[in-house]
Amino acid sequence: MGCIGHDGEVKATQAPLFGSVDEVTERLEGVGYLASTAVATTVYLADRLGKPLLVEGPAGVGKTELAKAVAAATDSGLVRLQCYEGIDEARALYEWNHAKQLLRITAGQGHEDWDATRDDVFSEEFLLPRPLLTAIRRDDPTVLLIDEMDKADVEVEGLLLEVLSDYQVSIPEMGTVTATRKPFALLTSNSTRELSEALKRRCLFLHLDFPDPDLERRIVLTRVPELPESLVEALVRTVRVLRAMELRKVPSVAETIDWGRTLLALGMDTLSDDAVKATMGVVLKHQSDQVKASAELRLN
Amino acid sequence: MLEAPEHGLPGHLVAFVGALRTHGVSVGPGETVDAAEVMGALDLLRRRELREGLAAALLRRSGQRQVFDTLFDLYFPPALGAGTGGFEVPRADGEDGEPGPVDVDALRDMLADLLRDGDEERLRELARAAVDALGRSGAAGTGIQGRHRQPSWSAYQALRLMSPETLLAQIMDGLRTPEDDDFTDEVRRREIRDRIARFRQLVQDEVRRRSAEQRGRDAVAKTAVPKQAEQVEFLSAYADQLAQLRRTVHPLARRLASRLAVRRKHAKRGQLDMRRTLRRSMSTGGVPMKPAYRTRRPGRPELVILCDVSGSVAGFSHFTLLLVQALREQFSKVRVFAFVEKADEVTHLFEPGAELSGVMQRVLREADLTAFDGHSDYGHALGSFAEFWGEAITSKTSLLILGDARTNYRDPNLTVLKRLVGQARHAHWLNPEPRRQWGTGDSAATRYADVLPMHECRTAAQLTDVVEGLLPV
Repeated sequence: MGCIGHDGEVKATQAPLFGSVDEVTERLEGVGYLASTAVATTVYLADRLGKPLLVEGPAGVGKTELAKAVAAATDSGLVRLQCYEGIDEARALYEWNHAKQLLRITAGQGHEDWDATRDDVFSEEFLLPRPLLTAIRRDDPTVLLIDEMDKADVEVEGLLLEVLSDYQVSIPEMGTVTATRKPFALLTSNSTRELSEALKRRCLFLHLDFPDPDLERRIVLTRVPELPESLVEALVRTVRVLRAMELRKVPSVAETIDWGRTLLALGMDTLSDDAVKATMGVVLKHQSDQVKASAELRLN
Repeated sequence: MLEAPEHGLPGHLVAFVGALRTHGVSVGPGETVDAAEVMGALDLLRRRELREGLAAALLRRSGQRQVFDTLFDLYFPPALGAGTGGFEVPRADGEDGEPGPVDVDALRDMLADLLRDGDEERLRELARAAVDALGRSGAAGTGIQGRHRQPSWSAYQALRLMSPETLLAQIMDGLRTPEDDDFTDEVRRREIRDRIARFRQLVQDEVRRRSAEQRGRDAVAKTAVPKQAEQVEFLSAYADQLAQLRRTVHPLARRLASRLAVRRKHAKRGQLDMRRTLRRSMSTGGVPMKPAYRTRRPGRPELVILCDVSGSVAGFSHFTLLLVQALREQFSKVRVFAFVEKADEVTHLFEPGAELSGVMQRVLREADLTAFDGHSDYGHALGSFAEFWGEAITSKTSLLILGDARTNYRDPNLTVLKRLVGQARHAHWLNPEPRRQWGTGDSAATRYADVLPMHECRTAAQLTDVVEGLLPV
């Protein structure tokens, strides 16, 4: 239960989750997430400065995965708000349980005056907390993941401003709920639309791009440890070459991993042109991309 | 020459933020404070972490990263002077104890080995040492520079002497084994080419850093910092800037489409429709529970694009066509015509799913665009368009003309244009030249601008604004 108080109440300072950038890298690695310098540094700073972290980048580079990893590495609970077109206050913040309120009013009719009833129906018991309020009221360490922020409408951003800058929610009937413990907030976006300046200014910004070859190799090896190292090396190099082409959809890390799994399942241990021809559909999802890549890589 | 900042580290940070602002990255004071907090929380001796941390606090969009990185290298240089450690550059014999001129052939061999192994740290060290040595003592066989001359840093000179591109074949030969197939070969070739490009970048970074020490940071920052893709002017863009710009088409189109969708959504609800509201209320006993509204039907325009594809404006036309192609869903029908001297329809090259990267070459190769000397002739092109495809313009059509209106002093054919504009629902002209150059020399821009509204579209950012304004809700 969070404390209910007035605006501008001083929040209790809390111990940071991580002691140093290296510690972030280590602990994330401990839960199977290999972080680049950029990721480790921004996670460390978001925690230290108590600011939300806005992660932007192409699909399949591990944005959502990062939030899960941070939660696992710090033994925090993960509260997730999945955004979609048309999401509103009632789905994101809180809602009054109207049915239960009606029931309560009907039950009290005749032997209770209105003032008492009113005070009672707008109390804790009739409140349905949604992810944002849940995250704020939790006493245990919490990671709040707001996924695919760009899918939500612009109005929802306004809603988030209060939550993300002051970590509080105002409920007109009850007062202001302030976080006793700031959650670690992480927003993701595929940048299908530009988020508003006001929201961006409250966040630290991380553009998560494809990892460098060394890191990608280690990621694939962690996920598919059965693969021989030489094959992983060849995979990663080929995927990098594909990414440099002008394709409609460039392969992401998830696709590299899938490719590795496919080759393993087919029992291929080298990346010859036959193997690539047979399995190209795993990495390139558009017909025109496949045609182009085959031509450019002289696969025919 | 490095001046100590007046107000210590905070002063230095503010100067850095100022430089970012000068180069079009808008950073507010709040972000500067964040950046200062970042500097307080991080170990300043770990440069990569500092770079990422400052980027997280100061940047708000991924397209700004290149500007940031370049400026970061200028304001927080990785080394001072020649730096320490690293690489011993091979030299010819020097006179009286001075280090001699650089032995370029030996240097190239070392470079080839590094490019083959792909160790970026070593490549960086080599770039640093090579720029230093070549700048101070010159190369063997090219004349030795005087002992007390100012060293001169030049990326052009260093890259010309080392010419990393010509090492490609040599490296490929060294790596080839008999059982390699074409595919392995091709992947390797592209990889090495990538590394060579990276090495050029490293040399340029290094030269920039050394020049900044010599000439002052601000002087270098003024010229050497790349522009954000959206701010690059179409007419003066290099090939790789244009390629980079093309990569931004899809995000740009997506952003534009979603802005339009928002506008449509807001415009969807019209006035209360009394008649339908009352009829609906019959089912609820005369109580109007559900009001009905007059919905406005979103108009999706037919679009006819007439674009100049002559060499001078090809980059602009290409980009605009790609943008329109990406925005296809916003139109009910799009027809594209290209012209130089004559007009010809090229819609089939922009079909959905078509391969668009080489489309401009195909337009020039396959369409019948020239009649006489291959210089643009707007008058004749408009004439031929009206003659053969005049019926494409109807009262539902929006007509978009792309070009600089430089008609090589030939007849601009205003009568035909007036007729076309009269037939179309809307007509607009997008001109990639700056407004002050309209009507100068052989430009008929001002005369055309009397017939239809003409918009200045010098950069992708301007273009998106114009397109957003033009598309009906």
